[in-house]
Amino acid sequence: MNAMTGNYTTADGRQIGDTLMEMKNITLRFGGVVAIKDISFDIHEGEIRAIIGPNGAGKSSMLNVISGFYHPQEGEVWFRGAKRPTMKPYQVAQQGIARTFQNIALFNGMSVLDNVMTGRLTHMKTGMFAQALWKGKAEKEEVENREVVEKIIDFLEIQAIRKTPVGRLPYGLKKRVELARALAAEPKLLLLDEPMAGMNVEEKEDMSRFILDVNDEFGTTIALIEHDMGVVMDLSDRVVVMDYGRKIGDGTPDEVRNNQDVIDAYLGVSHD
Amino acid sequence: MAPPSTATADQQTIPQLLARNVARYGDKPAYREKEFGIWQSWTWAETQGEVEALALGLLKLGVKEGDHIAIIGRNRPYLYWSMVAAQHCGAVPVPLYQDAVAEEIAYVLDHCAARFVIAQDQEQVDKVIEVQEQLPGLEHMVYLDPRGMRKYDHSKLTRFDALQAAGRDAQAELKPELESRLARQGENTTCVMLYTSGTTGRPKGVVLSNRNVVETSKNSSEFDELRPGDEILAYLPMAWVGDFIFSIGQAYWTGFCVNCPESAETMHTDLREIGPTYYFAPPRVFETQLTNVMIRMEDAGRFKQWLFHHFMAHAKKVGPAILDGEQVGFADRLKYRLGDLMVYGPLKNTLGFSRVRVGYTAGEAIGPEIFDFYRSLGINLKQLYGQTEACVFITQQPDGEVRSDTVGVASPGVELKIADSGEVFYRSPGVFVEYFKNAESTADTKDGEGWVATGDAGFIEESSGHLRIIDRAKDVGKTASGDLFAPKYVENKLKFFPNILEAVVFGNGRDRCTAFINIDLAAVGNWAERNNIAYSSYQELAGHERVLNTIQAHVEEVNASVAEDPMLAGCQVHRFIVLHKQLDADDGELTRTQKVRRRIIEEKYSDLIAALYDGSPRVSTETEVTYEDGRKGSIKADLEIRDAKVVAPMKVAAE
Repeated sequence: MNAMTGNYTTADGRQIGDTLMEMKNITLRFGGVVAIKDISFDIHEGEIRAIIGPNGAGKSSMLNVISGFYHPQEGEVWFRGAKRPTMKPYQVAQQGIARTFQNIALFNGMSVLDNVMTGRLTHMKTGMFAQALWKGKAEKEEVENREVVEKIIDFLEIQAIRKTPVGRLPYGLKKRVELARALAAEPKLLLLDEPMAGMNVEEKEDMSRFILDVNDEFGTTIALIEHDMGVVMDLSDRVVVMDYGRKIGDGTPDEVRNNQDVIDAYLGVSHD
Repeated sequence: MAPPSTATADQQTIPQLLARNVARYGDKPAYREKEFGIWQSWTWAETQGEVEALALGLLKLGVKEGDHIAIIGRNRPYLYWSMVAAQHCGAVPVPLYQDAVAEEIAYVLDHCAARFVIAQDQEQVDKVIEVQEQLPGLEHMVYLDPRGMRKYDHSKLTRFDALQAAGRDAQAELKPELESRLARQGENTTCVMLYTSGTTGRPKGVVLSNRNVVETSKNSSEFDELRPGDEILAYLPMAWVGDFIFSIGQAYWTGFCVNCPESAETMHTDLREIGPTYYFAPPRVFETQLTNVMIRMEDAGRFKQWLFHHFMAHAKKVGPAILDGEQVGFADRLKYRLGDLMVYGPLKNTLGFSRVRVGYTAGEAIGPEIFDFYRSLGINLKQLYGQTEACVFITQQPDGEVRSDTVGVASPGVELKIADSGEVFYRSPGVFVEYFKNAESTADTKDGEGWVATGDAGFIEESSGHLRIIDRAKDVGKTASGDLFAPKYVENKLKFFPNILEAVVFGNGRDRCTAFINIDLAAVGNWAERNNIAYSSYQELAGHERVLNTIQAHVEEVNASVAEDPMLAGCQVHRFIVLHKQLDADDGELTRTQKVRRRIIEEKYSDLIAALYDGSPRVSTETEVTYEDGRKGSIKADLEIRDAKVVAPMKVAAE
């Protein structure tokens, strides 16, 4: 039941490509606390990969390792066939990894449009001063980037709030704006930290639809952390289950659902 | 039978008008749509290119003359082109309501035996797929927005732009066929088929010929002096006859530009950006906008509030008169100009009405306050009365003769006739050909001479020649004394008071009229709060003496206004009860669309009605109520019956 290697075809007929990212024996410690212990798994191109587990299992830490925010003490991160040296988060972003946050991290005073435009930062080549003067190349570049951003605004159906300051939006829409900003970076790998947290059923359905559409339309590989089991099982192709910093399961939703360790972890069997 | 068309032979069909517009206004915008944050636009010449490519694509798919092509989606240029492309192929476009559920779509597609469907997006495609097993005649679907449909089986599904590309590729081969089909079309070719929403029974397919549409569009465009360079915002359902006449008929006849909003939610922003010169909205849209303005004014600073109210009072006094071109004093004019600079102008700009030259509302009665508010701002808002069967226009108000209580004079080319029963009949070049596959209904509605029954009762005012609609014909009756009884006419007048949410008037076959009244909890509750009136329940508030006094004053005011009309003076309300509970759809008293169900109310509250007529001052009653979760309970109440002053009918008409 271990992670499959190489290409495969999902139940709904999507072709999954080669390994995009591979985590090899990752161990992450904060002082004496072991947040992640010797975990290995991989993410294939085009797949939707979920990381689940009870509270405190180390899911967000794992996402932070992928995004370059935490640096594991042991283990290697391989991305697009090469071992990734220790990098700053902005360098990781330049490599094509974008993310959303568990607690929304948008610029509240700025409009939706401006927030999403910040997602294009890694694609802008002209300098700050050229952009401030807005002449020649900088102008052309902004127009091109705006086009990309407008396509995403259209895609996520947030045209009506384009000019609204983010601070005035309800929670569910802020989440969508955050997804828009991450998409604006045109990532190879999109990391979503609890995209459905705090949403009602309808908002969850909308968000699920968007996640599937992003994957389908742009071919974006997605790794997500989520607590809502229904959502995880419906959306993802493969699931990694973590508990107390260890990996206790890895496989298709069906395999994971029937894994005794996973059932124990969720139903609360005592740990020896 | 029909008199010959006044349009010249090369301006008889929509495709002909398109060709004419290309020649006349080739580089002027025909369509705009906001997409990706920018207004994208298409000139008449470009429009013809798009339409032709699509028409050739449809030919390639195997569209035959006389086929029905269903079109489902929101207002987008592509879907308007689809209708015109279908007409090019000699097929009949059938636009459907985009919020129709799958079963409704199934009924219509089956009824018109549509072989092809052009749908906007996945949502609409899914609805059709859901019911396609019931539709053996359905062959192929075309969709606009590819999103989410990558994995669909494409053997019976084609993307809109792929179809256009296929059409362009096949131009050499199919263009002669397209041209010969165009040459075979004339004023009697079917232009469009529109399904009426059908409040009673199944929807009916109204067949409109090119002559119906083109003649009506020509007449109505000339009536309001519409011109090339006018702008409209197309935001009302494409399946509604009004949208078809405004956005295709009149747009093609006149050559003005049709603007499509980015999405339903951005409608108001888009309206402001476009600033249409010709605008239509149902009364409730105007109502909501007015409420929003008032609420936002309450949040404004004191000076701004003073400024607003001061100038609005002035506008109310002289605005409508200035708009109607009447004599207004110099000082008043000057002050109105100042008000325009400081209040009316900015307000109109906010509402998106800065450039409106011709505005219409129709469909329901509009409150005089609301109507006057917009007119006092200098917006030329008028009323019209229409039906799908008439290609919209039956009557409309000419500039300078606008009132909130009439629907205007007969539109050009329309003849009116009032039957003895009071029902309004009309005959015009716009009168529909038939109900599709329903000869029986056609015969019921349209007689051999082409007169069509509207189902509405009304009369023509002698002093002005304007038509006034009083009620649905089936609800109109006679009182015991033989006076006309039109409950809805009185109910509407009562409901224009914010304190009154709902009213039901009785009196058919009786010696006088009486009424049930529901207070509006929001408005009356607000009033009670401001006046320190304590109440613990709806029932208590509804029975409060001061509330009854207020309602009585309203009823008497309505009586006075009803009495002005000799014909309807018999409808004055003599006695009324303020009901102890709100009429509710859950209790079957209202329909789901909040219309009063008279029969059921009459049965359920027979004890109250008896008390209204036997003269007793109070009545005790017990009413069963259904809670939202389906449980039943009952409320007991002791209700006071009030007598309202009635006014003796005027013997001589006012003025």
